[in-house]
Amino acid sequence: MLELRTSEGDEAAEEEGSDRPAGIAATAEAPSPTPPPTSGEGRKRAPVIGAGAPTRVMVPAIVRPPRRRIRWNRIGGMAVTAAVLVYLGLVLVLPLAALVVEAVRAGAGEAVRALAAPEGMSALVNSLLLVGIALAVNGTLGIAGAIVLVRHRFPGRRLLDALVDLPLALSPVMAGLAVLLLFGRSGWLDPLLRPSGIRVAFAFPGMVICTLLVTLPFTIREVGHVLEELGTGDEEAAATLGATPWQTFWRVTLPNVRRGLTFGLTLTAARALGEFGAVLVVGGAISGRTQTATTFIYAAAEERNTAAAYGTAALLAAASMLLLLALQAVRRHTTEVRDGNPG
Amino acid sequence: MGIRVEHLNKRFGSFVAVDDVTFEVASGELVALLGPSGGGKSTILRIIAGLEQADSGSVHLDGEAVDHVHARERRVGFVFQHYALFRHLTVQENVEFGLRVQGVAAPERRARADELLRIVGLHGFEGRLPSQLSGGQRQRVALARALAPRPRLLLLDEPFAAVDAKVREELRHWLRRLHDEVHVTSLFVTHDQAEAFALADRVLLIQGGRLEQAGTPAEVLDEPATEFVARFVGEVNTLDAVVRGGRAHAGALQVPVEGIAEGTPARLVIRGYDLKFWLSDAGVATVRRVLPLGDRVRVEAELDGAGPLFAQFPRRSSLLHGVEPGARIAVEVTHARAYAAHN
Repeated sequence: MLELRTSEGDEAAEEEGSDRPAGIAATAEAPSPTPPPTSGEGRKRAPVIGAGAPTRVMVPAIVRPPRRRIRWNRIGGMAVTAAVLVYLGLVLVLPLAALVVEAVRAGAGEAVRALAAPEGMSALVNSLLLVGIALAVNGTLGIAGAIVLVRHRFPGRRLLDALVDLPLALSPVMAGLAVLLLFGRSGWLDPLLRPSGIRVAFAFPGMVICTLLVTLPFTIREVGHVLEELGTGDEEAAATLGATPWQTFWRVTLPNVRRGLTFGLTLTAARALGEFGAVLVVGGAISGRTQTATTFIYAAAEERNTAAAYGTAALLAAASMLLLLALQAVRRHTTEVRDGNPG
Repeated sequence: MGIRVEHLNKRFGSFVAVDDVTFEVASGELVALLGPSGGGKSTILRIIAGLEQADSGSVHLDGEAVDHVHARERRVGFVFQHYALFRHLTVQENVEFGLRVQGVAAPERRARADELLRIVGLHGFEGRLPSQLSGGQRQRVALARALAPRPRLLLLDEPFAAVDAKVREELRHWLRRLHDEVHVTSLFVTHDQAEAFALADRVLLIQGGRLEQAGTPAEVLDEPATEFVARFVGEVNTLDAVVRGGRAHAGALQVPVEGIAEGTPARLVIRGYDLKFWLSDAGVATVRRVLPLGDRVRVEAELDGAGPLFAQFPRRSSLLHGVEPGARIAVEVTHARAYAAHN
């Protein structure tokens, strides 16, 4: 492979490079081979054989593609890029831009007034409460669930493991309906709840249950992946050093899964904030009581209250954007740490 | 601080990892568990540390049965093959971890960490994260961390397997010096016989979950208890032989044997440096190849009626005079072991 070929008598070269002037031995400079690792012990990296690997390598002429193909490749590449950009613009940027523009045109003041009204306030508070509860409950249960699913072995573990993903595949409307079947009028649990006077369906508790259900997988999965990757070596080390299980959890396991947890919580918050179908079905979107930000937007749009609809939508979009930026930051931090830590 | 292990057994499913292993380690000794990978060495070490539960048998530390004592209360330092350093803690915090979880006051912790980091030659690295250290440095931090709570016993699982050959050599010398200084009873696992012989006061040979032999490096080298041991601790000649008149006969070679029944097949094991060849027309073997290996020469020959045989000599040995391919040679055995053939 590393031999110098001349075009004389080189049939392969003549076949392939038909528009290359004959009689000239084309040479190219290959990119220098990967330098040997200079830091870390490079345990995971492939061994570099021969420290003085050549940096200048003659490659066969046929490796160099004909000029015409380059031009077409370049045009093709540009076309694909342009298509992707246009598509993203149409599907993603344009609607978001329209939202912001319309919110501003309808009057920011109008939007603020609509949100500050009791119904708007109630919807926003409901959404924030749901996000807070989802973060607290699914954050805690997420870590516990991940530890149980990844570290413990018990009958039915695989089934449970598969079930955890179900909320991702299930339509939120179905999740809402399922909760109604349990807690609604003449639902399975209705005989138990009615005497105590606790209302779940068409009330805040039902919306909490729905939100918890649809956001269940995120922390379990994100923390679980990290736990699987890390193994149990650190926990064993802590045990031999005299740490109690509780100390091991707070000082070793939790810091180790911190990034997975942040990741999972970000997704949980975004999902809880944006949830529509499930809270609509279970909560009924009763104005001033069980409306959330999303159902408030829907109701406002129905009532042609454009300022309130666009204003709230723009607010939610901004919040989601912030969450995504946070996610990006976490992801970048994760890769940096991982790259710097082959052990 | 001595260890006594009695009739230890451990299965993983149908796989027998440890098979009726019994041994003792005296206080202050540095002992190697040597054997091929997957032979059960690490499992024995983990059972002693309390990280794994034996199916039957018992472990005594200092005469006290610890089978029902949790790993964190055994006061056993453990050095893991892949270090298992806490990646979110600095070098100093890693070393202090054991003292911290045991509630030792900060000034005392700091003093102890200082002392140990000085011993392992990492003074000045206190503030680094594990990801900022080389493999050898990480291994030394792991050692300092294990030693910090003043364990009764130090266990090392393939401590040098994850570092490159040159660093491994340095760490070996360094560990031997450290042991002579600190005098903590130590047991380490290795599959590298050179490492075991270079470091250990005594060697325990483990294969297929069984203890094949326990002894000093010299005993194991000179008096291997089984054919497996003889073959594992260095390149050897193995010749099929028959026992007649209290001697094992292989071709013209005869070696006195004990404990093998008359007329049964046996296997003769002879190290390359326990043979002498010299030129002799009435010899019993024919030279096939002569290979110079730096300061030594390897001579391969065919023993009449018994098969191939090799021996090593110093480069300028007078015995080599005239020894070349095709020459007839006499053979003298200075040391050999015979084992009853199993197949």
